[in-house]
Amino acid sequence: MKRYLRWLALGIAAMLLLPACCALAESDGFSSVYTYNYDYWGEMRESPDAYRVQTVIYSGALGLETPMNRPQSLFVLGDDLYVCDTGNNRILRLTREGDDFKLSGIIDSVHGTSPETFSTPSDVAVDKEGNIYVADTNNNRIVMMDKDRNFIRDYVKPEDTTFDQNLSFLPSKIVVDSCGRVFALATNVNKGIVKYEADGTFTGFIGANKAKYDMWDYIWKSFFTTKEQRASQASFVPTEYENIYIDRDDFIYATNTVFSEYDLKWDIAKPIRRINSIGNDILIKNDKYPPIGDLYWVEQSLDYGPSKFRDITVLDNDIYIAVDSTHGKLFGYDPQGIMLWAFGSKGNFEGAFLSARSVEHMGLDLMVLDQNENSITVFTPTEYGRLIYQASDEYLRGEYDQSADTWREVLKLNANYNLAFIGIGRSLMRQEDYEGAMRYFKMAHDRENYGRAYRYYRKIVVERNIVWIVIAAACLLIVPPVVGFIKKTRAEVAAYEQRGTTAR
Amino acid sequence: MSSAERLPADAAAVNARGAGWQRYKATLRYGLYVITHPFDGFWDLVHEKRGSLAAAHTFLALFLITYVLKLMLTNFQFITAPIQYINIYERCASLLLPFLVLCLSNWSLSTLFDGKGHFRDIYMVMCYALVPYILIQVPLILLSHMISFDEASYYTVLESVSIIWCLFLAFAGLMQVHDYSPGKTLIFIVFTIFGAMVILFLVLVFFSLLSDAAGYFVSLYREIVFRLH
Repeated sequence: MKRYLRWLALGIAAMLLLPACCALAESDGFSSVYTYNYDYWGEMRESPDAYRVQTVIYSGALGLETPMNRPQSLFVLGDDLYVCDTGNNRILRLTREGDDFKLSGIIDSVHGTSPETFSTPSDVAVDKEGNIYVADTNNNRIVMMDKDRNFIRDYVKPEDTTFDQNLSFLPSKIVVDSCGRVFALATNVNKGIVKYEADGTFTGFIGANKAKYDMWDYIWKSFFTTKEQRASQASFVPTEYENIYIDRDDFIYATNTVFSEYDLKWDIAKPIRRINSIGNDILIKNDKYPPIGDLYWVEQSLDYGPSKFRDITVLDNDIYIAVDSTHGKLFGYDPQGIMLWAFGSKGNFEGAFLSARSVEHMGLDLMVLDQNENSITVFTPTEYGRLIYQASDEYLRGEYDQSADTWREVLKLNANYNLAFIGIGRSLMRQEDYEGAMRYFKMAHDRENYGRAYRYYRKIVVERNIVWIVIAAACLLIVPPVVGFIKKTRAEVAAYEQRGTTAR
Repeated sequence: MSSAERLPADAAAVNARGAGWQRYKATLRYGLYVITHPFDGFWDLVHEKRGSLAAAHTFLALFLITYVLKLMLTNFQFITAPIQYINIYERCASLLLPFLVLCLSNWSLSTLFDGKGHFRDIYMVMCYALVPYILIQVPLILLSHMISFDEASYYTVLESVSIIWCLFLAFAGLMQVHDYSPGKTLIFIVFTIFGAMVILFLVLVFFSLLSDAAGYFVSLYREIVFRLH
C-alpha cells in the first residue's frame, strides 16, 4: 500500500513539474529556433532551414601572416570576394574555387599618390572595369585605382557651401553605380548620401533623413529651458544612415539603425529604404508588418532590443537580405516586402555571429562578416530555400502554373508558409477556379485577393441562379403587400358586418 | 395608444400569466418605437411605464449574443479577430462591466444633481439604446459574406451607423430620464465617464486591501500551525 502511495506521490509531483518544464523550454524557444517566419498574427513559426553553412573562412585557413583585425566590409564581384580588413589597413581579395576560397591578392597601397598606404579603410567597391574604390577613412579620401593599383583619382572633402568646412571628411561606406558615380556615407554628415559624378566633382546630397521632433519637445525646449541648457542639449538633427548598397537597377538600399523602437511597428522608423535618384524612399511594403526584422524580443534577455540592420544586400531577383547585429540574424524579404525567412543566432557555433557587420551575396550564396570573430561565414541555400526563390522567380517571369507547383513543394516542407498559399491561390484564380482560390487566400488571410476571387465567384453564382433570385426578390416584394391587402380587406368586411349586425 | 389601451377592458379577468406575456411582447415591440422616436419614446418609456425590465434584460442579452456572433461569424475580410485566442466570456465581461459601471456612475452623479431617474430607469434606457446595434449588426454578418473587400465601405458605413445611433439614443434617453437640457446631459456624460474610472479605482483598492487582510489571517494561521507542530 505504502509503495503505491509513493508511486502516486511521484506521479503527482511529475504532473506538477511537467508544465513548469514545458514552460521553461518555451521561454527558451527564442534561442532554440534557428530559422523561422512570422505568421499572419505575428507569431513566430519555426520553419525548415532556408540556408546552411557551407564553410567558415578564418585567417588561418587563408594563410595570412597577420590575421584579420576588425574587418568592416565585404564586396563581391563575379567570383571575387573583397574583404576590407580595417584594423590592418588593407583589402584582401579572395577568389572562389568550387566550395573553397583562396587568397588571390592583398591591396595595401596605391601607386602614384601620397600617402600610398591606407589608414583605417572601412569600405571597398569595384566597378565593372575592375577599378577599385576604397573609402580611406582616416586619410579623408575615397581612392580610385585601376586593377594594377595605379592611382586614377580621389574623392575628397567637397568644397561646397552645403558641406560644413569645419568638419573633417570621414567616408565610411561607398557604392559605385553603373555610370561610375560614387555615393558615400560619411561620419558626421547627416544631410544624406554624398554624391560625386564620374569625374570626381561633388554634386550634392540625396535621400536625407528627415529631422525628427515632436510638439512636446519643441514646447519644452522653447519655453522651459534656459539658453545655456539649450546650447548643451543635442539639437534636432536628422539621423545618419548605417550602410548602403546599390542594386543592379542603380537604386540605393540604405539601412538606418538610429530610431526609437516604438516607431518601428507604425513604420515611422523605416530601417530599410530604397532610394531613387531624387532621394525618395520607394521601398514596397505590401505585408501586414513592415520590414523591420524581429517583431518582438524577449524582455530582460542579453540581446534585448530591436533588430539593427548593419548591412543589406540585394539578390538578382530583387530579394533583399539584411543582417541584424543585435540578435545575429539574417532577414530575407521579397520585392513586395514580405518576409521570406529569418535565421541566425548569437554565439560561437557555426551559423551564429558575435557581431555581424556585413553581408554580401554571390549568386544565391550569402557571405556574412563577423567583426569580432574575424571570420566570414558562407551560407548556401537548402532545397527549401531554393524552392522559395524558384517559385518567386517563376511568378515574376509570369509562369504562374509552374510557380504554383513549386509552391506546393514548399508547402510539403513547411505547411505554415503564407506566401505559398497566396501563390497557389493566384494560380488557381488564373485557371478560373475561384472557389479553390478563395480557400487558399482565406488560409493566407489575404483579404484583397480573396475579395477579387470572391467577386468573380459571386458573378458566376448569381448568373447560374438568376431565375431563383428573381423569383425570391419578387416574392419578397409582392407577397407582403398582397397579404397586407387581404388582411385589410377582411378586417374591413368584418367591421362592416359587425356594424351591420349591431345596427340591426 | 399605449399597450394598456390595446388590451381588452377586462384584462384582469384574463389569466395573469397571459397578460404578463402580452405586456412583455408589447414592451419588446416598444423598442422599435423608441429607436425611431427617441425623445417621445424615452419619455414614455420611463414616465408612462411603457418599457419593462424584462425587455431591457432581453436587449442586453441579445446585444452580447450579437457581439459574440459578430466575432465568430463575420467574414474574415472585415474583421481581424484572432478566433483562436478569443475568450468569449472575457470579451462579454469587458463589455458588460463598463456598461454596468457607467449606469451606476451616472445614477450616483445624477441623484446628487437633481436628476429624476432611478437606477432602474437609467438601466432600462441604456438597454433600450442598444436596439439599433442588434438590428443592424445581425444582418451585417450576413452581408459580410455577400460583399468583397473592395466594397468594404458599405460594411463600415453601416457598422458606424449602428454605433452612432446607439450613442445618440443613450444621449437622448439620459436627457429624458433625468429631465435635463442637452448641454447638461453632455456635461454629465463626461462626468459619468470620470465617475466610472473613480468607481473602478475604488473597487481595485478595496480588493487589494481585502486580499491584504486575507493574507494577514492566512499567515497568522500558518504561524500558529507552525508553532503547534
